Amino acid sequence: MEKVVDIQHLSKSFGNNVVLKDIDFSVSKGEVVCIIGSSGSGKSTLLRCINLLEKPSGGQIIYNGENILDEKHDVYAYRAKLGMVFQQFNLFNNYNALQNCMVGQIKVLKRSKAEAEKIALKYLQVVGMEQYLNAKPRQLSGGQKQRVAIARALSMEPTVMLFDEPTSALDPEMVGEVLKVMKGLAGTGLTMLIVTHEMEFAKDVADRVVFMDKGVIEEEGTPEQIFNNPTQERTREFLKRTLR
Amino acid sequence: MSLDWLIKIITNNWPMFIRGAEITLLISMVGTIIGSVIGLLIGVVRTMPKPERGFKKTMMQIINGLLSAYIEFFRGTPMIVQAMVIYYGSAQAFGIDMNILVAGIFIVSINTGAYMSEIVRGGIVSIDKGQFEAADAVGMTHIQTMVNVVLPQVIRNILPATGNEFVINIKDTSVLNVIAVSELFFQTKSIAGNNFRYFESFFVACILYFIMTFTVTRILRYIEKRIDGPENYDMLSNKIQV
Repeated sequence: MEKVVDIQHLSKSFGNNVVLKDIDFSVSKGEVVCIIGSSGSGKSTLLRCINLLEKPSGGQIIYNGENILDEKHDVYAYRAKLGMVFQQFNLFNNYNALQNCMVGQIKVLKRSKAEAEKIALKYLQVVGMEQYLNAKPRQLSGGQKQRVAIARALSMEPTVMLFDEPTSALDPEMVGEVLKVMKGLAGTGLTMLIVTHEMEFAKDVADRVVFMDKGVIEEEGTPEQIFNNPTQERTREFLKRTLR
Repeated sequence: MSLDWLIKIITNNWPMFIRGAEITLLISMVGTIIGSVIGLLIGVVRTMPKPERGFKKTMMQIINGLLSAYIEFFRGTPMIVQAMVIYYGSAQAFGIDMNILVAGIFIVSINTGAYMSEIVRGGIVSIDKGQFEAADAVGMTHIQTMVNVVLPQVIRNILPATGNEFVINIKDTSVLNVIAVSELFFQTKSIAGNNFRYFESFFVACILYFIMTFTVTRILRYIEKRIDGPENYDMLSNKIQV
């Protein structure tokens, strides 16, 4: 399988605090990967290192055969190829739902306004938010905001979608609507990398589950392997605590 | 206070009052606008991500040092003294003969700029980090992020503080009478100097200042509302042509 993002020996520390230790990890085209693990295990940091929101302390990130950590690599063009969905949604507060999905396309991808609008509408429809085009973020519920945020990322037509705990800031009743959208996306062959605490969801949609603990990848495999036959003691402990 | 005098002063001198009020409004408005632009530029520069090393880092440190000096100096000295130094001082020391109106606008602008740059910096710092990250994540450069995402929010948020500056400027242009700018206070002083009715003359000035500041605050409040947009949004019908 063609690797979309290939991470080699990635490490990250904040001062003396080592968060990621020598991570080797890759995502193949069309694959849905869920990263699980307890808080502080480094899974969000790994995701944030991938699109350089955090600057890795060492290692390589290979994208399209190029190491994007090279000084001269165009960071902005690379980031535009990765869609990011945040725990706190982070919709642009000064724009309405439609404009949120258009501004990146127009300013970064240099698409025309008409084209950007067409694409934005298409993806707002995918997430079921086409009725709320002129609503400002402050007028939307958490679940609605997150669905617009997903549409905003999709509008850039990225090669990989990164989800950083997309349902962790949501009320329980809104988790379902967001997971449903994500499940729909997983079915379209989109490459997705999801940091999540939703074990049922991971079991359901993931092609591969990665368990992280204390800054290393402790174990990875199919959902079947990880959830039913974990080989590592730490994985078993974690699952026992979370699944109950 | 005699009402007769009040009416007499107004009927005899209204063109002077109006001209004074016009100059006051002109200087404070242009000064606030230029000052806000200065403030925006400085605020943006002062909140730029710091380069980690090399020539760029040294450059940034020098620029930041100069900007801090500018802000501290103009915030830390009275505008009335600055007016004397800049207008008479520059004439005596360098033989520069400034146009009085230009000098007035210049003094108000750089003063407002010093205050506004701190207001803008505060506004930028208070924007949620998530807004910057989201802009980063779609691939925007720092400048694109500032122009498209951060500054529109900052400008909305600092509008009340900017209105404050405008109101302060309308009142504080009165100190420019020391360099003989023919603004409202200066005009009133001349009027009162002719008729010796200080109370009535300055009472008229009071009213005029208040009308100006009150109108400006109302207009700014209206602009804030306009920027905020409607309280509600329209639900669109399910069918969209894609």
